[in-house]
Amino acid sequence: MTDLKDTDILVIGAGPGGLRVAIEAGKLGAKVTIVDKKQEIGVPKRCAEGLGGGWFKRLGMEPDPKWAVWEINNARVFSPNGKEIKIGKNQYGYVLERKMFEKYLASEAIRKGAKIKLKTESLSVIKEGSQVVGAKVNEMGDEYEIRAKVVIACDGVDSRMARSAGLDTTNKLVDMDSGFQYEMANIRLGDKHALEMYFGTDIAPRGYIWIFPKGEDVANVGIGIGGNSEKTAKYYLDKWIAKDPRFKDASPIEINAGGIPVGGIMDNMVLDGFMVVGDAAHQVNPMDGGGIALAQEAGIIAAQTAVEAIEKGDLSADFLSKYNRIWLNQRGNQLKKVWKVRQFFEVLSNDDMDFIAEKLGMGEDLLDFAFGNNWFTFAKLFVERPGLFKSMKAFL
Amino acid sequence: MVVKIDRKKCMYCGACVSVCPRVALNLKETWVDVNEKCIDCGICVKLCPVGAISLKERKK
Ligand SMILES: Cc1cc2nc3c(=O)[nH]c(=O)nc-3n(C[C@H](O)[C@H](O)[C@H](O)COP(=O)(O)OP(=O)(O)OC[C@H]3O[C@@H](n4cnc5c(N)ncnc54)[C@H](O)[C@@H]3O)c2cc1C
Ligand code: SF4
Ligand code: SF4
Repeated sequence: MTDLKDTDILVIGAGPGGLRVAIEAGKLGAKVTIVDKKQEIGVPKRCAEGLGGGWFKRLGMEPDPKWAVWEINNARVFSPNGKEIKIGKNQYGYVLERKMFEKYLASEAIRKGAKIKLKTESLSVIKEGSQVVGAKVNEMGDEYEIRAKVVIACDGVDSRMARSAGLDTTNKLVDMDSGFQYEMANIRLGDKHALEMYFGTDIAPRGYIWIFPKGEDVANVGIGIGGNSEKTAKYYLDKWIAKDPRFKDASPIEINAGGIPVGGIMDNMVLDGFMVVGDAAHQVNPMDGGGIALAQEAGIIAAQTAVEAIEKGDLSADFLSKYNRIWLNQRGNQLKKVWKVRQFFEVLSNDDMDFIAEKLGMGEDLLDFAFGNNWFTFAKLFVERPGLFKSMKAFL
Repeated sequence: MVVKIDRKKCMYCGACVSVCPRVALNLKETWVDVNEKCIDCGICVKLCPVGAISLKERKK
């Protein structure tokens, strides 16, 4: 085997973020080593596997039925009293088989020249002065150092590497969602190609319950709730499933859990010789908890910046901060707005939610609003219910 | 150490690691290690999706 202990870019974590970094950096001619502490890429999934259709082109890939396993053509949102808001026919996308998706990404990365080391945990970064120059790893009991020009931490929600390098990425409890999910079979699904979301302060405090179909009668049925909720995510989900006749004859084929960093967009994600990407840098959409695409989008920017830094021989945080600027412009600043909108939604009572659902026939309005685009639509709601405006103002 | 993680309940999802102010937790493949830096703040207990973490009385 070639020497992997001296490389251009060391990627820590083989999730969507890290694998995309490797694909992009490989395309640009850099030598990449990836380490992941797990023995298998892609499992256990911490994910509902939904990916919006618009992302494929942006990330330069075609949906392949091997991993883009189920087509989605609309989304339905339910308010606490059961009133439905159809989000629209144009909401297309896929539910993935994420294990297969990540193995596809990993194979692509390898084809672009990357070397992957599994069951290899990065213990801490190695620093010379302020410069990160590699990481100490443990590969199945064997401890050694990997030296790299740039280290990119893509180590997910359980990230420790940024903190070991001196960049504080600790999440506040209020900025975290607690998630739990069953992938179930033999569900009596109504609309087999719709994402469904259920809101209500008693069924899912500060969050929602979802059904993301993966097949005729198979779906990811999960919940995300505010990290500081009274009871566990599992408690709320079990309670809800037990009451719904669609699940009477269904059973889980997989159980998943996870934390979702929804509230802490960072302005600085670099140090000398070091960058953070994906969940580890809290790059998640605060409204829907999506991070599969965002981690990859950021991964592409990080890889391009790192390769440019290596070519120019300037590995300083100053140079690498180009990644901060591009990402914030392209995505981060928008996500900050979305977070504010979400905080507004969080203070709504069940009554308020029903009221909004009642008034908004058009789901597109809600979607627009949720993504921070169209404040105007909501003006008319506030006229009728001034209390809403008060809760909203607190977050603007 | 007073933070106890029930390995039979733990889903090894790593959520707890992300909120620990002392980086006292480490997700290994199928379990979570707690080290002596833990200050018993209880933040991780609140976030765990399945209630696998508990704080036990420290012995005097
Ligand atoms: C319940 C739930 C539902 C979700 N649903 C969706 C959804 O429907 N759509 C969507 O887009 N997103 C969803 N997400 C979010 C999405 O799963 C994440 O945003 C995404 O996985 C982030 O990718 P990543 O590459 O940053 O990190 P990960 O995919 O977490 O990858 C990190 C990798 O780093 C490795 N690693 C960590 N530390 C080390 C170390 N020290 N040494 C070596 N390796 C290490 C880990 O083993 C892991 O393989 C959901 C999340 C949860 C919890
Ligand atoms: S949050 Fe709970 S389930 Fe997840 S790894 Fe920590 S202890 Fe285990
Ligand atoms: S109790 Fe606090 S310090 Fe101890 S492991 Fe949990 S979060 Fe970390």
